[in-house]
Amino acid sequence: MILDFPVKQEEAPIDQSPTPVRRRRTGGTLSGDNGFYLVGSAAAAFSVTFLLGRLTALSGLIGLFFVGYVVFLVLYAVLVSLTEEGIAVRDSVMTVFLSSAAVIAFGALGLVIVYTILRGWPALHHLNFFHEDMSKAGPLAPLTVGGVAHALVGTLWQIGIALVLAVPLGIVCAVYLDQTRSRFANFVRTIVNAMTAFPSILAGLFVYAFWILTLGFQFSGLAAGLALSIMMLPYIIRTSDLVLRLVPAGLRESSDALGAPRWRTMWHVVLPTARSGLATGVILGTARGIGEASPVLLTAGFTTYMNANPLHEPMVSLPLEALELVRSGIPAYADRGYATAALLLVVILILFVIARVIGGFGPGHLSRRQRRRAERHSARELTRITSSQGFTGISSPPGGGAPSARSAQ
Amino acid sequence: MTVDTPALSVSGPLKAERRSVRSVPGAGDRIFRGSTRLAAVAVVGVIGAVGLFLTIRAYPALAVAKLHFLTTQTWEPDSHRFGVGGILTDTILIALVALVVSVPVSLGLSLFISEIAPKRIQRAMISLVDLMAAVPSVVYALWGVNYLQPHVLGVSRFLSSWFGWIPIFKVVGPASSSILNKGTSFSASTFIVGLTVSLMVIPIQCSVMRESFSQTPLGEREGAYALGGNRWGMITTVVLPFGRGGIIGGTMLGLGRALGETIAVYLIISTVYGINWHILQSGGNSVSALIALQYGDASKFGTSALMAAGLTLFAITLIINFGASAIVSRSRSGAES
Repeated sequence: MILDFPVKQEEAPIDQSPTPVRRRRTGGTLSGDNGFYLVGSAAAAFSVTFLLGRLTALSGLIGLFFVGYVVFLVLYAVLVSLTEEGIAVRDSVMTVFLSSAAVIAFGALGLVIVYTILRGWPALHHLNFFHEDMSKAGPLAPLTVGGVAHALVGTLWQIGIALVLAVPLGIVCAVYLDQTRSRFANFVRTIVNAMTAFPSILAGLFVYAFWILTLGFQFSGLAAGLALSIMMLPYIIRTSDLVLRLVPAGLRESSDALGAPRWRTMWHVVLPTARSGLATGVILGTARGIGEASPVLLTAGFTTYMNANPLHEPMVSLPLEALELVRSGIPAYADRGYATAALLLVVILILFVIARVIGGFGPGHLSRRQRRRAERHSARELTRITSSQGFTGISSPPGGGAPSARSAQ
Repeated sequence: MTVDTPALSVSGPLKAERRSVRSVPGAGDRIFRGSTRLAAVAVVGVIGAVGLFLTIRAYPALAVAKLHFLTTQTWEPDSHRFGVGGILTDTILIALVALVVSVPVSLGLSLFISEIAPKRIQRAMISLVDLMAAVPSVVYALWGVNYLQPHVLGVSRFLSSWFGWIPIFKVVGPASSSILNKGTSFSASTFIVGLTVSLMVIPIQCSVMRESFSQTPLGEREGAYALGGNRWGMITTVVLPFGRGGIIGGTMLGLGRALGETIAVYLIISTVYGINWHILQSGGNSVSALIALQYGDASKFGTSALMAAGLTLFAITLIINFGASAIVSRSRSGAES
């Protein structure tokens, strides 16, 4: 961050030549040579690493990359220290170091996404992949036979059940947290926060212990939906709680001041204002739920045929299908497994983009249609008020109109 | 609020009846409050039920194993010799490897986003971190087993041949550090699982850390600059101390997540029972992978033993997560969330 304060030029009555304004430096970007230093040390590090890779037993891209990176940092530090002092050298080396953390993390993310989609492409580009199940696809069947339609249907059912259960309960619970300042509310908030990083397999294990072993139901899509809803619940509560807290207090107080009961304030003011944030939280929670394989593994079983009934019989989901196909070790199945993972990834990317687009609007943002609807509504209200008895006219002094209409009724 | 000032509480004819300030909620509000409270109770009830049912189901096994459950290293529930001593140690080893990799990266990433990145790309980077959290663990696991593993074998071999004198980097087995070894004794190891899990942990840690860094008061930052510090000086003297709670809390949340990770362990590791201290060597285990592998063909008693293992994991992650959120909320930076 460069903080540039406008430097006021001193009035120089005698000497008319303007003194050059020096830009104040606050660390960070060094002299103009910095770019050359970076490029130079990167090139040197690359050549050194290339030689090292040839001369030593070190193999593997990742190991070479790591060595090259260390060499690069050292060379860069040496180059900077030619012109700068110790503190500035430390600053510039740490800047490069922190930036490289970002490069590593996002590079890994990019590798994961690109690898999964490329690896899944051979099976993914056959249309049958989307509308057939695996019951006819033997280990040697070509990729033009069989698909993951059954897992797609299973995922839709399971996430649908989970959403129906978790979203209302989660949002109402968040409303409770927003409304109350009691010790119990703090307790609920603490528990919910602690549960957001809760191992998802335990949600599956609980449903297995309760629903299947104790109550005696079968493995089914419903059981998986229950497990997913338990997993998603803390996440939805937490995000909704955070979003509701962002609603400006002025809006609530205006509503209270107009005499609205609590539930009307919540329903007509707070929830509509927080709508986009709530939707973002729910969509991201959905993305999380769709990707979880372990609760489904314990509660829905595994099957190769289409089962559209969530109450009976095992029902597989996309992540579980991907996992089991790759685990089978059969090459044709592994191809389909990667294609399933790629499909899952694409679904999640789409959900994510939707969430970002919705979440990009701040609280209270109205789309054009919503604004038109609000305008129509106020116009209706205006005619209602003006046509009511005893209305003294809109031309009365400000503040005298609506209240007098109220008191006359 | 009525305030009792002495002037107003004078007795005499002026003493007015005190106005009641208690709000009497209408029927709608009573229903509203009742139903929201009910939802909160239901949420706590569901979470309590998870612990309760695991305990009930685990009781038969725990009654047999008693305290030996925590120390026994084998897992043979049908002959009544079982315990989480070995599995839990292996789980913690995986989590530690994951943390050793993920904490520096997420610390650097969060500092980069909050301090170095230009404002334009800051939002995009926050979105990317969120996307990283949204990528399913099965996708990371598949990538880990088929892409990362072959590339990391070289690193494993290098570490074991140069640092094999450190006990945890030792690899035992036939000619394990030789170049002729094609890597079978290095694959499916705790190290590789830990690397894969670290990718899933980074976004969790990073978002907690970044949030606490971004709340550093501007005045303190500018104070550091005014004293002549440059950016790195400002980070070490202002941002890092301010965000200490976030760093510790984020690390612990990541630890909780790493301990509970199932799919990556289930897919990558080759299962051994008993402690494998050699993290580079093939073989390891974790509580959640054990549950995923064995729940299907376990006997009634074996299922109870698995529930006991699950209960242990539940207790540990709950303690860690409670600790993490307590640290984050007590710290200066976390007072908001």
